[in-house]
Amino acid sequence: MTPEQARQYVEDALGRVAPDARLQDIPPDADFRDLFELDSLDFLSYVENLSEASGRRIDEDDYPEITTMAGAVGFLARSTP
Amino acid sequence: MADFRMPSLGADMETGTVSEWLVKPGDSIRKGDPIAVIDTDKALIEVESFHTGVVGRLVVNTGERVPVGTTLAVVDERTPAERAPAEPSPPPPEPSPAHVLSPLVRRLAAERGMDLTSLRGTGPGDTVTRADVERAAGPEGTVPPGRTEPAAGRATTGPATVPAPPAPPEPARSKASPLARRLARELDLDLATVPGTGRTGAVRADDVRRAAAVRSDAARHAPPVNAPGQAVRQDERREQAMRQAIARAMTRSKREIPHYYLTSTIDMSTALAWLRERNRELPVSERVLPAALLLKAAATAAAEVPRLNGFWIDDGFVPGEAVHLGMAISLKGGGLIAPALHDAAGRDLADLMAGMKDLVSRVRSGRLRAAEMTEATMTVTNLGDQGVESVHGVIYPPQVALVGFGRILERPWAVHGLLGVRPLVTVTLAADHRATDGYTGGRFLAAVGRLLDHPAEL
Repeated sequence: MTPEQARQYVEDALGRVAPDARLQDIPPDADFRDLFELDSLDFLSYVENLSEASGRRIDEDDYPEITTMAGAVGFLARSTP
Repeated sequence: MADFRMPSLGADMETGTVSEWLVKPGDSIRKGDPIAVIDTDKALIEVESFHTGVVGRLVVNTGERVPVGTTLAVVDERTPAERAPAEPSPPPPEPSPAHVLSPLVRRLAAERGMDLTSLRGTGPGDTVTRADVERAAGPEGTVPPGRTEPAAGRATTGPATVPAPPAPPEPARSKASPLARRLARELDLDLATVPGTGRTGAVRADDVRRAAAVRSDAARHAPPVNAPGQAVRQDERREQAMRQAIARAMTRSKREIPHYYLTSTIDMSTALAWLRERNRELPVSERVLPAALLLKAAATAAAEVPRLNGFWIDDGFVPGEAVHLGMAISLKGGGLIAPALHDAAGRDLADLMAGMKDLVSRVRSGRLRAAEMTEATMTVTNLGDQGVESVHGVIYPPQVALVGFGRILERPWAVHGLLGVRPLVTVTLAADHRATDGYTGGRFLAAVGRLLDHPAEL
Protein backbone atom coordinates (compact mmCIF):
# COMPACT_ATOMS: atom_id res chain seq x y z
CA MET A 1 0.00 0.00 0.00
CA THR A 2 1.37 3.41 -0.90
CA PRO A 3 1.59 6.14 1.74
CA GLU A 4 -1.00 8.12 -0.27
CA GLN A 5 -3.47 5.25 -0.12
CA ALA A 6 -2.76 4.74 3.55
CA ARG A 7 -3.37 8.40 4.29
CA GLN A 8 -6.66 8.23 2.46
CA TYR A 9 -7.79 5.29 4.61
CA VAL A 10 -6.80 7.12 7.78
CA GLU A 11 -8.58 10.30 6.74
CA ASP A 12 -11.73 8.40 5.84
CA ALA A 13 -11.71 6.48 9.11
CA LEU A 14 -11.17 9.67 11.11
CA GLY A 15 -13.72 11.64 9.13
CA ARG A 16 -16.43 9.23 10.20
CA VAL A 17 -15.80 9.69 13.92
CA ALA A 18 -14.92 13.39 13.79
CA PRO A 19 -17.05 14.80 10.98
CA ASP A 20 -15.99 18.38 11.67
CA ALA A 21 -12.28 17.64 11.60
CA ARG A 22 -10.06 19.48 9.16
CA LEU A 23 -8.23 16.49 7.86
CA GLN A 24 -5.84 18.28 5.50
CA ASP A 25 -3.88 20.11 8.17
CA ILE A 26 -3.25 17.35 10.67
CA PRO A 27 0.26 17.67 12.12
CA PRO A 28 1.98 14.32 11.48
CA ASP A 29 2.81 13.64 15.13
CA ALA A 30 -0.30 14.99 16.84
CA ASP A 31 -2.33 12.48 18.83
CA PHE A 32 -5.79 12.15 17.24
CA ARG A 33 -7.37 11.61 20.62
CA ASP A 34 -6.25 15.02 21.85
CA LEU A 35 -6.63 16.76 18.52
CA PHE A 36 -10.25 15.69 17.95
CA GLU A 37 -11.22 15.00 21.58
CA LEU A 38 -11.87 11.36 20.87
CA ASP A 39 -13.00 9.26 23.81
CA SER A 40 -12.27 5.55 24.01
CA LEU A 41 -15.45 4.67 22.12
CA ASP A 42 -14.65 7.14 19.33
CA PHE A 43 -11.16 5.74 19.08
CA LEU A 44 -12.51 2.21 18.87
CA SER A 45 -14.80 3.29 16.00
CA TYR A 46 -11.83 4.81 14.23
CA VAL A 47 -9.88 1.57 14.58
CA GLU A 48 -12.90 -0.38 13.37
CA ASN A 49 -13.29 1.85 10.32
CA LEU A 50 -9.61 1.71 9.52
CA SER A 51 -9.39 -2.05 9.83
CA GLU A 52 -12.49 -2.58 7.76
CA ALA A 53 -11.48 -0.22 4.94
CA SER A 54 -7.85 -1.24 4.70
CA GLY A 55 -8.43 -4.93 5.30
CA ARG A 56 -5.59 -4.85 7.79
CA ARG A 57 -5.83 -6.66 11.10
CA ILE A 58 -5.25 -4.20 13.94
CA ASP A 59 -4.55 -5.62 17.40
CA GLU A 60 -4.79 -3.72 20.66
CA ASP A 61 -0.99 -3.78 20.78
CA ASP A 62 -0.98 -1.70 17.59
CA TYR A 63 -3.20 1.03 19.01
CA PRO A 64 -0.38 3.28 20.28
CA GLU A 65 1.14 3.39 16.81
CA ILE A 66 -1.97 4.45 14.97
CA THR A 67 -2.84 7.44 17.16
CA THR A 68 -0.91 9.84 14.89
CA MET A 69 -1.00 10.43 11.16
CA ALA A 70 2.68 9.55 10.70
CA GLY A 71 2.29 6.41 12.82
CA ALA A 72 -0.91 5.23 11.16
CA VAL A 73 0.36 5.80 7.62
CA GLY A 74 3.60 4.00 8.48
CA PHE A 75 1.68 1.14 10.04
CA LEU A 76 -0.59 0.63 7.03
CA ALA A 77 2.11 1.19 4.40
CA ARG A 78 4.33 -1.37 6.09
CA SER A 79 1.66 -4.00 6.37
CA THR A 80 1.14 -5.03 2.76
CA PRO A 81 3.68 -5.47 0.00
CA MET B 1 -61.14 9.70 23.41
CA ALA B 2 -57.75 9.64 25.06
CA ASP B 3 -55.25 12.44 25.32
CA PHE B 4 -51.68 12.06 24.31
CA ARG B 5 -49.86 14.51 26.59
CA MET B 6 -46.41 16.02 26.66
CA PRO B 7 -44.56 13.42 28.75
CA SER B 8 -42.05 14.22 31.46
CA LEU B 9 -38.77 12.86 30.14
CA GLY B 10 -36.60 13.39 33.16
CA ALA B 11 -36.51 15.37 36.37
CA ASP B 12 -35.11 18.42 34.66
CA MET B 13 -37.77 18.67 31.97
CA GLU B 14 -40.50 21.25 32.40
CA THR B 15 -41.38 22.01 28.81
CA GLY B 16 -40.93 20.26 25.52
CA THR B 17 -41.28 20.97 21.83
CA VAL B 18 -42.91 18.70 19.30
CA SER B 19 -40.09 18.39 16.82
CA GLU B 20 -41.91 16.07 14.46
CA TRP B 21 -45.19 14.24 14.27
CA LEU B 22 -44.76 10.62 13.21
CA VAL B 23 -48.49 10.17 12.75
CA LYS B 24 -51.28 12.14 11.16
CA PRO B 25 -55.00 12.34 11.78
CA GLY B 26 -56.67 9.14 10.69
CA ASP B 27 -53.64 6.91 11.30
CA SER B 28 -54.26 3.74 13.23
CA ILE B 29 -51.80 3.36 16.07
CA ARG B 30 -51.15 0.74 18.65
CA LYS B 31 -49.89 1.15 22.17
CA GLY B 32 -46.10 1.39 21.94
CA ASP B 33 -45.98 2.81 18.41
CA PRO B 34 -43.77 5.88 18.05
CA ILE B 35 -46.07 8.84 17.72
CA ALA B 36 -43.91 11.97 17.93
CA VAL B 37 -40.36 13.20 18.32
CA ILE B 38 -40.04 15.51 21.29
CA ASP B 39 -37.22 18.00 21.65
CA THR B 40 -36.44 18.30 25.36
CA ASP B 41 -33.62 20.81 24.78
CA LYS B 42 -31.23 18.00 25.64
CA ALA B 43 -32.09 15.52 22.95
CA LEU B 44 -34.63 14.40 20.41
CA ILE B 45 -36.71 11.71 22.04
CA GLU B 46 -39.02 9.36 20.24
CA VAL B 47 -42.18 9.04 22.27
CA GLU B 48 -44.51 6.06 22.08
CA SER B 49 -48.27 6.03 22.31
CA PHE B 50 -49.95 4.80 25.49
CA HIS B 51 -53.13 4.11 23.60
CA THR B 52 -54.44 1.98 20.77
CA GLY B 53 -56.81 3.66 18.40
CA VAL B 54 -57.02 6.20 15.63
CA VAL B 55 -55.31 9.57 15.75
CA GLY B 56 -58.02 12.17 15.86
CA ARG B 57 -56.52 15.58 16.10
CA LEU B 58 -53.01 16.97 16.44
CA VAL B 59 -53.46 19.74 18.97
CA VAL B 60 -49.97 21.16 19.10
CA ASN B 61 -48.00 22.29 16.07
CA THR B 62 -44.45 21.23 15.45
CA GLY B 63 -42.07 23.82 16.83
CA GLU B 64 -44.43 24.81 19.62
CA ARG B 65 -43.03 24.72 23.15
CA VAL B 66 -45.51 23.57 25.78
CA PRO B 67 -45.39 22.55 29.46
CA VAL B 68 -45.24 18.89 30.46
CA GLY B 69 -48.78 17.52 30.67
CA THR B 70 -50.21 19.58 27.82
CA THR B 71 -52.47 17.63 25.50
CA LEU B 72 -50.61 17.14 22.22
CA ALA B 73 -53.02 14.97 20.33
CA VAL B 74 -56.31 13.19 20.78
CA VAL B 75 -56.58 9.46 20.14
CA ASP B 76 -59.92 7.83 19.44
CA GLU B 77 -59.83 4.51 21.23
CA ARG B 78 -63.10 3.19 19.88
CA THR B 79 -63.09 0.23 17.54
CA PRO B 80 -64.04 0.89 13.91
CA ALA B 81 -67.48 -0.60 14.60
CA GLU B 82 -68.09 1.76 17.48
CA ARG B 83 -66.96 4.63 15.36
CA ALA B 84 -69.17 3.73 12.43
CA PRO B 85 -71.69 6.58 12.54
CA ALA B 86 -70.33 9.15 10.15
CA GLU B 87 -68.30 11.72 11.90
CA PRO B 88 -66.78 14.77 10.27
CA SER B 89 -63.11 14.06 9.74
CA PRO B 90 -61.07 16.40 11.92
CA PRO B 91 -58.93 18.55 9.62
CA PRO B 92 -61.25 20.76 7.58
CA PRO B 93 -59.29 20.89 4.31
CA GLU B 94 -59.55 17.15 3.91
CA PRO B 95 -62.05 15.91 1.37
CA SER B 96 -63.14 12.41 2.17
CA PRO B 97 -62.58 10.14 -0.79
CA ALA B 98 -66.11 9.08 -1.44
CA HIS B 99 -65.01 8.22 -4.92
CA VAL B 100 -64.36 4.86 -6.40
CA LEU B 101 -60.83 3.73 -5.76
CA SER B 102 -59.11 1.33 -8.07
CA PRO B 103 -58.12 -2.02 -6.56
CA LEU B 104 -54.50 -1.15 -7.27
CA VAL B 105 -54.73 1.97 -5.15
CA ARG B 106 -56.40 0.07 -2.35
CA ARG B 107 -53.72 -2.59 -2.41
CA LEU B 108 -50.90 -0.07 -2.50
CA ALA B 109 -52.37 1.77 0.45
CA ALA B 110 -52.87 -1.45 2.38
CA GLU B 111 -49.31 -2.54 1.71
CA ARG B 112 -48.07 0.73 3.07
CA GLY B 113 -50.39 0.61 6.03
CA MET B 114 -52.00 3.86 4.99
CA ASP B 115 -55.47 5.10 5.68
CA LEU B 116 -57.04 6.16 2.39
CA THR B 117 -59.42 8.53 4.08
CA SER B 118 -56.47 10.65 5.07
CA LEU B 119 -55.38 11.18 1.47
CA ARG B 120 -56.36 13.97 -0.81
CA GLY B 121 -57.10 12.78 -4.31
CA THR B 122 -55.79 14.55 -7.38
CA GLY B 123 -57.48 12.33 -9.94
CA PRO B 124 -60.70 13.17 -11.78
CA GLY B 125 -63.38 14.05 -9.25
CA ASP B 126 -60.79 14.07 -6.46
CA THR B 127 -60.25 10.34 -6.79
CA VAL B 128 -57.20 9.08 -4.97
CA THR B 129 -54.72 7.87 -7.55
CA ARG B 130 -51.73 5.62 -7.34
CA ALA B 131 -49.48 8.68 -7.50
CA ASP B 132 -51.23 10.18 -4.47
CA VAL B 133 -50.58 7.08 -2.43
CA GLU B 134 -46.97 6.96 -3.47
CA ARG B 135 -46.46 10.63 -2.77
CA ALA B 136 -48.06 10.37 0.66
CA ALA B 137 -46.02 7.32 1.49
CA GLY B 138 -42.86 9.24 0.81
CA PRO B 139 -39.69 8.03 -0.82
CA GLU B 140 -39.38 5.11 1.58
CA GLY B 141 -42.99 4.22 1.13
CA THR B 142 -42.57 0.52 1.63
CA VAL B 143 -42.03 0.92 5.35
CA PRO B 144 -45.33 0.76 7.16
CA PRO B 145 -45.77 3.61 9.61
CA GLY B 146 -44.98 2.85 13.19
CA ARG B 147 -42.47 0.16 12.37
CA THR B 148 -38.72 0.30 12.65
CA GLU B 149 -37.16 3.70 12.11
CA PRO B 150 -39.79 6.29 11.51
CA ALA B 151 -38.71 8.09 8.39
CA ALA B 152 -37.85 11.70 8.87
CA GLY B 153 -40.42 13.95 7.35
CA ARG B 154 -43.12 11.39 6.80
CA ALA B 155 -45.51 13.47 8.81
CA THR B 156 -44.97 16.37 6.49
CA THR B 157 -45.19 14.50 3.21
CA GLY B 158 -48.86 13.65 3.56
CA PRO B 159 -51.27 16.39 2.65
CA ALA B 160 -53.49 15.84 5.65
CA THR B 161 -51.09 16.93 8.34
CA VAL B 162 -52.15 20.49 8.90
CA PRO B 163 -52.59 20.50 12.67
CA ALA B 164 -55.97 21.55 13.94
CA PRO B 165 -56.36 24.59 16.17
CA PRO B 166 -55.84 24.06 19.89
CA ALA B 167 -58.41 21.92 21.63
CA PRO B 168 -60.90 23.35 24.09
CA PRO B 169 -59.74 23.03 27.71
CA GLU B 170 -59.95 19.51 29.08
CA PRO B 171 -62.03 18.72 32.12
CA ALA B 172 -59.88 18.86 35.23
CA ARG B 173 -58.51 15.61 36.55
CA SER B 174 -59.81 14.65 39.92
CA LYS B 175 -56.54 13.94 41.65
CA ALA B 176 -55.21 17.13 43.23
CA SER B 177 -54.69 18.42 46.73
CA PRO B 178 -57.09 21.11 47.98
CA LEU B 179 -54.28 23.64 48.16
CA ALA B 180 -53.30 22.80 44.58
CA ARG B 181 -56.87 23.37 43.46
CA ARG B 182 -57.06 26.74 45.16
CA LEU B 183 -53.72 27.84 43.75
CA ALA B 184 -54.71 26.74 40.27
CA ARG B 185 -57.90 28.81 40.52
CA GLU B 186 -55.98 31.84 41.73
CA LEU B 187 -53.38 31.50 39.03
CA ASP B 188 -55.98 30.76 36.40
CA LEU B 189 -54.33 27.46 35.49
CA ASP B 190 -56.09 24.42 34.12
CA LEU B 191 -55.30 21.60 36.55
CA ALA B 192 -55.55 19.05 33.79
CA THR B 193 -52.47 20.49 32.16
CA VAL B 194 -50.40 20.31 35.34
CA PRO B 195 -48.24 17.19 35.66
CA GLY B 196 -48.64 15.70 39.12
CA THR B 197 -45.67 14.45 41.13
CA GLY B 198 -47.64 13.26 44.14
CA ARG B 199 -48.51 9.67 44.84
CA THR B 200 -50.37 8.11 41.90
CA GLY B 201 -49.83 11.27 39.92
CA ALA B 202 -51.83 13.58 42.14
CA VAL B 203 -51.20 17.27 41.54
CA ARG B 204 -49.58 19.02 44.48
CA ALA B 205 -49.31 22.70 45.24
CA ASP B 206 -45.68 22.75 44.17
CA ASP B 207 -46.64 21.32 40.80
CA VAL B 208 -49.06 24.15 40.25
CA ARG B 209 -46.48 26.78 41.16
CA ARG B 210 -43.98 25.15 38.84
CA ALA B 211 -46.47 24.98 35.98
CA ALA B 212 -47.33 28.64 36.50
CA ALA B 213 -43.65 29.53 36.37
CA VAL B 214 -43.22 27.55 33.18
CA ARG B 215 -46.23 29.22 31.65
CA SER B 216 -44.86 32.70 32.20
CA ASP B 217 -41.44 31.52 31.15
CA ALA B 218 -42.79 29.96 27.97
CA ALA B 219 -44.71 33.12 27.21
CA ARG B 220 -41.56 35.20 27.52
CA HIS B 221 -39.46 32.87 25.45
CA ALA B 222 -42.06 31.98 22.88
CA PRO B 223 -40.10 30.48 20.01
CA PRO B 224 -39.91 32.72 17.00
CA VAL B 225 -41.77 31.56 13.94
CA ASN B 226 -39.37 29.56 11.82
CA ALA B 227 -37.66 31.89 9.43
CA PRO B 228 -34.64 31.27 7.25
CA GLY B 229 -31.32 32.40 8.67
CA GLN B 230 -32.26 31.65 12.22
CA ALA B 231 -30.44 28.35 12.51
CA VAL B 232 -27.61 29.87 14.49
CA ARG B 233 -29.92 31.52 16.95
CA GLN B 234 -31.80 28.26 17.35
CA ASP B 235 -28.57 26.51 18.21
CA GLU B 236 -27.70 29.14 20.77
CA ARG B 237 -31.14 28.94 22.28
CA ARG B 238 -30.87 25.19 22.44
CA GLU B 239 -27.51 25.35 24.15
CA GLN B 240 -28.83 27.86 26.64
CA ALA B 241 -31.92 25.77 27.29
CA MET B 242 -29.80 22.68 27.91
CA ARG B 243 -27.63 24.60 30.35
CA GLN B 244 -30.77 25.70 32.15
CA ALA B 245 -32.14 22.16 32.25
CA ILE B 246 -28.91 20.87 33.78
CA ALA B 247 -28.87 23.81 36.20
CA ARG B 248 -32.39 23.02 37.39
CA ALA B 249 -31.73 19.33 37.95
CA MET B 250 -28.40 19.83 39.67
CA THR B 251 -29.66 22.68 41.86
CA ARG B 252 -32.58 20.55 42.91
CA SER B 253 -30.20 17.70 43.65
CA LYS B 254 -27.91 19.80 45.83
CA ARG B 255 -30.85 21.45 47.56
CA GLU B 256 -32.80 18.31 48.32
CA ILE B 257 -30.32 15.46 48.48
CA PRO B 258 -27.95 15.14 51.44
CA HIS B 259 -25.05 13.58 49.54
CA TYR B 260 -22.39 11.46 51.14
CA TYR B 261 -19.26 10.39 49.27
CA LEU B 262 -17.10 7.30 49.46
CA THR B 263 -13.99 6.52 47.49
CA SER B 264 -12.04 3.39 46.85
CA THR B 265 -9.02 2.51 44.72
CA ILE B 266 -9.15 -0.68 42.69
CA ASP B 267 -6.29 -2.62 41.20
CA MET B 268 -7.28 -3.28 37.59
CA SER B 269 -4.39 -5.57 36.60
CA THR B 270 -6.44 -8.79 36.67
CA ALA B 271 -9.36 -7.16 34.85
CA LEU B 272 -7.20 -5.58 32.14
CA ALA B 273 -5.16 -8.74 31.57
CA TRP B 274 -8.35 -10.75 31.22
CA LEU B 275 -9.86 -8.19 28.83
CA ARG B 276 -6.69 -8.14 26.75
CA GLU B 277 -6.71 -11.87 26.43
CA ARG B 278 -10.39 -11.85 25.49
CA ASN B 279 -10.01 -9.09 22.88
CA ARG B 280 -6.99 -10.72 21.27
CA GLU B 281 -9.19 -13.36 19.73
CA LEU B 282 -11.80 -10.96 18.43
CA PRO B 283 -12.27 -8.64 15.46
CA VAL B 284 -12.27 -4.95 16.34
CA SER B 285 -16.05 -4.72 16.19
CA GLU B 286 -16.44 -7.27 18.99
CA ARG B 287 -13.76 -5.95 21.32
CA VAL B 288 -14.81 -4.75 24.72
CA LEU B 289 -13.47 -1.57 26.29
CA PRO B 290 -12.48 -1.29 29.93
CA ALA B 291 -15.32 1.24 30.27
CA ALA B 292 -17.86 -1.52 29.55
CA LEU B 293 -16.27 -3.71 32.20
CA LEU B 294 -16.54 -0.89 34.74
CA LEU B 295 -20.20 -0.35 33.84
CA LYS B 296 -20.92 -4.04 34.16
CA ALA B 297 -19.20 -4.20 37.55
CA ALA B 298 -21.20 -1.20 38.81
CA ALA B 299 -24.46 -2.70 37.56
CA THR B 300 -23.79 -6.10 39.09
CA ALA B 301 -22.81 -4.47 42.40
CA ALA B 302 -26.01 -2.43 42.31
CA ALA B 303 -28.00 -5.62 41.91
CA GLU B 304 -26.22 -6.97 45.01
CA VAL B 305 -26.90 -3.80 47.01
CA PRO B 306 -30.39 -2.88 45.82
CA ARG B 307 -30.85 -0.03 48.31
CA LEU B 308 -28.71 2.11 46.01
CA ASN B 309 -30.66 1.22 42.91
CA GLY B 310 -33.93 3.13 42.65
CA PHE B 311 -35.63 6.39 43.50
CA TRP B 312 -36.40 8.61 46.46
CA ILE B 313 -40.02 9.65 45.99
CA ASP B 314 -42.31 11.26 48.55
CA ASP B 315 -40.08 10.61 51.55
CA GLY B 316 -39.59 6.98 50.72
CA PHE B 317 -37.30 4.70 48.76
CA VAL B 318 -38.75 2.97 45.73
CA PRO B 319 -36.45 0.19 44.48
CA GLY B 320 -35.79 -0.09 40.75
CA GLU B 321 -37.35 -3.12 39.07
CA ALA B 322 -33.98 -3.92 37.47
CA VAL B 323 -30.65 -2.14 37.15
CA HIS B 324 -31.22 0.37 34.36
CA LEU B 325 -27.86 2.04 34.40
CA GLY B 326 -27.79 5.68 33.36
CA MET B 327 -24.66 6.38 31.38
CA ALA B 328 -23.48 9.97 31.48
CA ILE B 329 -22.53 10.99 27.95
CA SER B 330 -21.04 14.37 27.16
CA LEU B 331 -22.29 16.01 24.00
CA LYS B 332 -19.81 17.31 21.48
CA GLY B 333 -21.44 20.73 21.45
CA GLY B 334 -21.38 20.92 25.25
CA GLY B 335 -23.80 19.62 27.80
CA LEU B 336 -24.54 16.23 29.22
CA ILE B 337 -27.16 13.54 29.03
CA ALA B 338 -27.51 10.26 30.90
CA PRO B 339 -29.80 7.79 29.12
CA ALA B 340 -30.37 4.31 30.51
CA LEU B 341 -28.78 1.06 29.50
CA HIS B 342 -31.64 -1.26 30.27
CA ASP B 343 -31.08 -4.26 32.52
CA ALA B 344 -27.34 -3.67 32.61
CA ALA B 345 -26.87 -6.26 35.36
CA GLY B 346 -28.67 -8.96 33.42
CA ARG B 347 -26.89 -8.53 30.09
CA ASP B 348 -23.59 -10.14 29.24
CA LEU B 349 -20.51 -8.05 28.61
CA ALA B 350 -20.62 -8.18 24.80
CA ASP B 351 -24.27 -7.18 24.80
CA LEU B 352 -23.60 -4.31 27.20
CA MET B 353 -20.73 -3.08 25.06
CA ALA B 354 -22.97 -3.11 21.99
CA GLY B 355 -25.65 -1.27 23.94
CA MET B 356 -23.13 1.33 25.03
CA LYS B 357 -21.99 1.97 21.45
CA ASP B 358 -25.55 2.20 20.22
CA LEU B 359 -26.53 4.63 22.97
CA VAL B 360 -23.57 6.93 22.38
CA SER B 361 -24.11 7.06 18.64
CA ARG B 362 -27.81 7.79 19.05
CA VAL B 363 -27.14 10.48 21.65
CA ARG B 364 -24.80 12.25 19.26
CA SER B 365 -26.55 11.84 15.97
CA GLY B 366 -29.94 10.31 16.33
CA ARG B 367 -32.76 9.81 18.68
CA LEU B 368 -33.33 8.35 22.08
CA ARG B 369 -36.39 6.54 23.27
CA ALA B 370 -38.58 7.86 26.03
CA ALA B 371 -37.89 4.87 28.27
CA GLU B 372 -34.17 5.55 28.05
CA MET B 373 -34.72 9.05 29.38
CA THR B 374 -36.92 8.22 32.31
CA GLU B 375 -36.05 4.80 33.59
CA ALA B 376 -32.43 5.02 34.76
CA THR B 377 -32.25 3.68 38.33
CA MET B 378 -28.64 4.70 39.01
CA THR B 379 -26.08 6.63 36.97
CA VAL B 380 -22.44 6.03 36.17
CA THR B 381 -20.10 8.75 35.02
CA ASN B 382 -16.75 7.86 33.57
CA LEU B 383 -14.43 10.79 33.11
CA GLY B 384 -11.39 8.60 32.66
CA ASP B 385 -10.94 9.58 29.03
CA GLN B 386 -10.30 13.16 30.09
CA GLY B 387 -7.51 12.06 32.39
CA VAL B 388 -9.51 12.86 35.50
CA GLU B 389 -8.36 10.90 38.53
CA SER B 390 -11.65 10.78 40.39
CA VAL B 391 -15.11 12.32 40.16
CA HIS B 392 -17.42 13.15 43.06
CA GLY B 393 -20.70 13.39 41.19
CA VAL B 394 -24.04 15.06 41.76
CA ILE B 395 -26.94 12.63 41.96
CA TYR B 396 -29.57 12.93 39.25
CA PRO B 397 -32.88 13.13 41.11
CA PRO B 398 -34.93 11.15 41.96
CA GLN B 399 -32.15 8.55 41.82
CA VAL B 400 -30.26 7.86 45.03
CA ALA B 401 -26.74 7.11 43.85
CA LEU B 402 -24.15 8.06 41.29
CA VAL B 403 -20.97 6.12 40.61
CA GLY B 404 -17.90 7.84 39.21
CA PHE B 405 -14.88 6.25 37.60
CA GLY B 406 -11.64 8.10 36.96
CA ARG B 407 -8.83 7.24 34.62
CA ILE B 408 -7.04 3.93 34.81
CA LEU B 409 -3.50 4.98 35.69
CA GLU B 410 -0.31 3.11 36.42
CA ARG B 411 0.75 3.81 39.99
CA PRO B 412 2.93 2.33 42.70
CA TRP B 413 0.88 -0.16 44.71
CA ALA B 414 1.74 -2.47 47.54
CA VAL B 415 0.73 -6.11 47.11
CA HIS B 416 1.66 -8.76 49.68
CA GLY B 417 4.21 -6.45 51.22
CA LEU B 418 5.89 -5.67 47.92
CA LEU B 419 5.75 -2.44 45.97
CA GLY B 420 4.85 -2.80 42.32
CA VAL B 421 3.42 -0.74 39.47
CA ARG B 422 -0.25 -1.49 38.84
CA PRO B 423 -3.04 0.00 36.75
CA LEU B 424 -5.40 1.58 39.28
CA VAL B 425 -8.81 3.15 39.02
CA THR B 426 -10.52 5.35 41.58
CA VAL B 427 -14.21 4.61 41.99
CA THR B 428 -16.40 7.07 43.86
CA LEU B 429 -19.91 6.69 45.14
CA ALA B 430 -22.13 9.70 45.72
CA ALA B 431 -25.24 8.51 47.54
CA ASP B 432 -28.40 9.94 49.07
CA HIS B 433 -28.12 9.85 52.85
CA ARG B 434 -31.90 9.78 53.16
CA ALA B 435 -31.96 6.40 51.44
CA THR B 436 -28.77 4.77 52.69
CA ASP B 437 -25.84 5.18 55.06
CA GLY B 438 -22.14 4.86 54.49
CA TYR B 439 -22.21 1.24 55.51
CA THR B 440 -24.41 0.34 52.55
CA GLY B 441 -22.30 2.49 50.24
CA GLY B 442 -19.19 0.73 51.48
CA ARG B 443 -20.67 -2.65 50.66
CA PHE B 444 -21.33 -1.43 47.15
CA LEU B 445 -17.74 -0.26 46.57
CA ALA B 446 -16.40 -3.50 48.05
CA ALA B 447 -18.58 -5.43 45.61
CA VAL B 448 -17.28 -3.40 42.64
CA GLY B 449 -13.70 -4.18 43.69
CA ARG B 450 -14.38 -7.88 44.18
CA LEU B 451 -16.15 -8.16 40.79
CA LEU B 452 -13.30 -6.46 38.95
CA ASP B 453 -10.93 -8.92 40.59
CA HIS B 454 -12.92 -11.76 39.01
CA PRO B 455 -13.75 -10.34 35.60
CA ALA B 456 -14.52 -13.70 34.02
CA GLU B 457 -17.62 -13.91 36.21
CA LEU B 458 -18.95 -10.60 34.94
